[in-house]
Amino acid sequence: MALALIRLLPWRQPKPHHLFPFSLNPTKTHFLFHLRHCQASTSSPKTLILTQDERSNGSLSAEREAIVGSGTIAAIVTSLGGGPAAVGIVRLSGPTAVAVAGQVFRPVKRVKEEGGCVAWRPKSHFVEYGYVLDNDGNVIDEVLAVPMLAPRSYTREDVVELQCHGNDVCLHRVLRACLEAGATLAEPGEFTLRAFLNGRLDLSQAENIARLISAKSAAAADSALAGIQGGFSSLVKSLRIQCIELLTELEARLDFEDELPPLCFPSLIDKIRVMQHDLQDALDTANYDKLLQSGLQIAIIGRPNVGKSSLLNAWSKSERAIVTEIAGTTRDVVEANVSIHGIPATLLDTAGIRETDDIAEKIGVKRSEAAALAADVIIMAISAVDGWSEEDAKLIEHIVTSQKSANQAMTAPMILVINKDDCKPKDLLISFEEICSGLFKKVVRTCALTGAGISELEKAVLEVRGLEPISSAGRKWTVNQRQFEQLLRTQEAFVRLHTSIEEQLPMDFWTIDLREAALALGQISGDDISEEVLTSIFSKFCIGK
Amino acid sequence: MASATPRLLSSLFTPLRLTYPIHAIRTSHRSRTLSFLSFNLRRPNGRLRTVSSFASNGTNGMERMGQKDEERYDVIVVGGGHAGCEAALASARLGARTLLLTLNLDRIAWQPCNPAVGGPAKSQLVHEVDALGGEIGKMADRCYLQKRVLNLSKGPAVRALRAQTDKREYAMEMKKVVESNSNLFIREAMVTEVLIGKNDNIQGVRTFFGMDFFAPSVVLTTGTFMSGKIWVGRASMPAGRAGESASLGLTENLQSLGFETDRLKTGTPARVDCRSIDFSGLEPQYGDDEVSWFSFDPECHIEREQMCCYLTRTTSETHKLISDNLNETPTYGGWVDAKGPRYCPSIEDKIVRFRDKESHQIFLEPEGRTVPELYVQGFSTGLPERLQLALLRTLPGLENCVMLRPAYAVEYDFLPAYQCSRSLMTKKIEGLFFSGQINGTTGYEEAAAQGIISGINAARHSERKPLIVLERESSYIGTLIDDLVTKDLREPYRMLTSRSEHRLLLRADNADSRLTPLGREIGLIDDRRWELYQSKQLRIKEEKERLKNVRVSGGEFAAEVTTVSGQPVRDHTTLESILKKPHVQYKLLDKHGFGNENLSRCEKDCVEIDIKYAGFIMRQQSHLQQIVNQEHKRLPEDLDYYSMTTLSHESREKLSKVRPQTIGQASRIGGVSPADITALLIWVESNRRKANQRTQQELLRSGATDNHMAASSPTDSVVQATAI
Repeated sequence: MALALIRLLPWRQPKPHHLFPFSLNPTKTHFLFHLRHCQASTSSPKTLILTQDERSNGSLSAEREAIVGSGTIAAIVTSLGGGPAAVGIVRLSGPTAVAVAGQVFRPVKRVKEEGGCVAWRPKSHFVEYGYVLDNDGNVIDEVLAVPMLAPRSYTREDVVELQCHGNDVCLHRVLRACLEAGATLAEPGEFTLRAFLNGRLDLSQAENIARLISAKSAAAADSALAGIQGGFSSLVKSLRIQCIELLTELEARLDFEDELPPLCFPSLIDKIRVMQHDLQDALDTANYDKLLQSGLQIAIIGRPNVGKSSLLNAWSKSERAIVTEIAGTTRDVVEANVSIHGIPATLLDTAGIRETDDIAEKIGVKRSEAAALAADVIIMAISAVDGWSEEDAKLIEHIVTSQKSANQAMTAPMILVINKDDCKPKDLLISFEEICSGLFKKVVRTCALTGAGISELEKAVLEVRGLEPISSAGRKWTVNQRQFEQLLRTQEAFVRLHTSIEEQLPMDFWTIDLREAALALGQISGDDISEEVLTSIFSKFCIGK
Repeated sequence: MASATPRLLSSLFTPLRLTYPIHAIRTSHRSRTLSFLSFNLRRPNGRLRTVSSFASNGTNGMERMGQKDEERYDVIVVGGGHAGCEAALASARLGARTLLLTLNLDRIAWQPCNPAVGGPAKSQLVHEVDALGGEIGKMADRCYLQKRVLNLSKGPAVRALRAQTDKREYAMEMKKVVESNSNLFIREAMVTEVLIGKNDNIQGVRTFFGMDFFAPSVVLTTGTFMSGKIWVGRASMPAGRAGESASLGLTENLQSLGFETDRLKTGTPARVDCRSIDFSGLEPQYGDDEVSWFSFDPECHIEREQMCCYLTRTTSETHKLISDNLNETPTYGGWVDAKGPRYCPSIEDKIVRFRDKESHQIFLEPEGRTVPELYVQGFSTGLPERLQLALLRTLPGLENCVMLRPAYAVEYDFLPAYQCSRSLMTKKIEGLFFSGQINGTTGYEEAAAQGIISGINAARHSERKPLIVLERESSYIGTLIDDLVTKDLREPYRMLTSRSEHRLLLRADNADSRLTPLGREIGLIDDRRWELYQSKQLRIKEEKERLKNVRVSGGEFAAEVTTVSGQPVRDHTTLESILKKPHVQYKLLDKHGFGNENLSRCEKDCVEIDIKYAGFIMRQQSHLQQIVNQEHKRLPEDLDYYSMTTLSHESREKLSKVRPQTIGQASRIGGVSPADITALLIWVESNRRKANQRTQQELLRSGATDNHMAASSPTDSVVQATAI
């Protein structure tokens, strides 16, 4: 009974929810009030009307609050590539910033309490400590989340900043997780643009923003142009063309039913399947690229004093880690960057894991475990001198159970490194391989002191991750964040399309997600899909009076 | 501007502040007694149509009009086609004294091409016009020969009703309707000039015979008549339609006012005598057993006997005859450059472009119950008349056919619609509105949709009320108009489902719940319709509630649901979740006694759609909401795009030409990039703030004048300080 919704849109909108004044009160007085309200708020003599379906009012009012505003954007806002910094920040801004952050961020407190299923309800300007998880529930990084709710934020929208470890790998992963949770990648200068449009910045800054954006968009256009020649874009193009073709087939039937032969659904579904497969391939490549670009995280774990730090030093040809004879020397996670056949990798030397009463060491042990959880490859180091001990067995069991409890769908492959190979007693060798073959994908013998075995270890790392050395000619293309996002949106649309087909929804519903897929694939050029589909219909089919 | 603030409802609930008396709502023509009463009260002379008789017999406010003002109206509608009728009726029903000028009184609401209303996308337009209180839906329901629902299994948003109509009956019925409105006056005339006032505002129109009619709002719906020229083969003559003279002079007049005009072409196939057709070998196409309706008004739902259409096909002789005579066709013979619209190619086009297709479908559609003409759908041609009969006779069943009218093409002037804003008022001349084919569209439904909007706005303009714009996302009508005024058209625009991005939300079944409240607010929906509407919505709501609460377990019903849907039915399942299962329809509930007898078929459909597709609908709605938030930001009308150096040159040009009303509209203009939109947003926001600052300064200054009379404008320095 809510009456027609006349949306008057003055240029400045005070608060979004005023724009949809759903009146549940059926009286005319309310109605009149509404119009009077409109009079007051318009300065222009025209009345723009967006009518609402009265039938769906009741069920939607709850959702409406959540979806107000333009999309939620995300980006790494600290500088990248300038050497390792202590902290890097991924910023989310927009109406669903909290929801997106809630999907990727698990506050430590609540994990203990209830397993982390309830929506995150942060207090504004109240720092929370926790983990960022990816789609599969893998821990990516430990972070501090800083929620700044509207309007008390830079953009005057809800903003959540995730303070991560300052290496590029972590940052890119956290950003990716945010994109997967529904945020879109911010355009250059978009935070500032929003800040300005929401009345946050000084007027004099407007020109700078405009200049920035036009410069960046020119740069983006250049880079997009450069990308056009690449293999990736030809894939995107072909996927998009296929989407348009399918749309053409479907929509031609909608508009010109009796002039066309009926559709062959099985072949259509086959086509969709093939496309989905292509898309999955592209995403796999993107994931491969993710490793290429952001690098591998390799955690070296093990009991104290098995030579983990020596291994790191030998591998990175540096003296990053302090090496002593004393067990428990390393108490924090030490990082070193290496390049494995062209793929960047970060080695994480961790504190030796053992039961200890030393408070500092205890914390170190905890961090070791966290590092192991977040790594792409885990290297378990043991000493050839001691052989496979009880403690080793306990330790690895502990890691495996904590991996499981962290709900990781995909556990990182593990490599067993038998260090101090030069001092080995000969009789123990065979039993290692027997005991450990189930847990470890590879066993490598090294000698950190001489550097022997390091290149075997590198090969093993690439092998367990399924990476071939980069030089081989088979490499297809690289995918950047934006292209990744594009693929992601397309895949989401295809997943929905698949459900529609499975649930046997009428074919008009298929067009909705096909259209979205085509849009996602075409975003760089911003084409008009309707017109394209129509042109295609008219050129393909014989239709007319 | 302040005086022009909206008074949208005032006329609805407070009686009249106009210079003449009106009855605010007089939509019902079915409540005969009432309207007749008021008719008599106001016009003792009954059907006398001359203005002078009205004026002299008028009461109340009419005395104020002197003799020389007798040709004064609130709204003048030029053209009595589907746009003109809808515009004139809407305007008159809103209480505006409306004059409808038409070239031929006997051709009101004529259907010069296919005798059909509706079809995909077009039917949505018809439902929407009806939901707003328009006429086309009722007319089609009253005069149908056959009705079919198309796309029945393809989804609720694309289901489309199409009616074959009796074109004579249609014209007669519409004539009766326009004649029976006491605010509406009809006159035969050819308008050759629009009269313009000092402020580039419309004042009226001048006719060929020298009459001047005055009004603050004029709607031009010239159809194919403006400098119309028809072609059969190489022969052509000036005409708006076969047998009707063209309207000459108006184009030049509009051009002299600075309007850009262009030319479009369309055509219509031959008509044959149904008595000369052998139907025995042809495939009949029957109407639906269960008739559906365009109008939401149950008073129009009167079933009648249906007629049959027939299907035939082109043969190899057809193709041969065309191939042999290609040089006799305008396109391939090379004497006409203009290509026809892509969606209705001529038969020669089809045969040339789709060579490998051996045969094309041809539909034979009756044009009326009392006329022998059959419309040969799919067979329009530019061939000369002498070849047309031979061509028709190559079709099975038409071997001995008699041709009643040859196929012909028509060329006419239109005004590219970027010259209108989305209210359909022209940007150049205040109070001048364009609707229908003059805006480059084709189709009765498209015409009616524009007609009702321009009629409403013409009436509102004459009352100095704010004009109404239906946003693109609100309706097919909104989509149509947005496309028209924003996009660069190269062919007559036909509404198609694929043009609507949000069609799942813009369905036929919810046209009333989307637009009837607005129609009520505007004043086109009377109390009876409003009550019908409200009780319908209530029933639907209650039924949805009921289905949510009634639970069933096991039994025959569950078994059949399982068979139909292929999904198991758990115990204590609500009817709602059963209805959500694939292929389960409300009918199944009815069959097992779980339905609600108080609901009409169409209400059951509404319930079913709302429940079955709730998830999708919700997703689309949130999607739309985002778009609304981003795109519905308004652009000031006086923006100087050329001065915005951050915009690309192309978009500066395009934006100045189209002058979009919102950011969304701007982004849909070809050649305007996303970066341009960002630049535009920044520019507008900075300007807004500058303006704010200025007003603040002025306030400051006016407050400060007493104190700082002598000081050398201290406020200026403040301006500078804040601007840096």
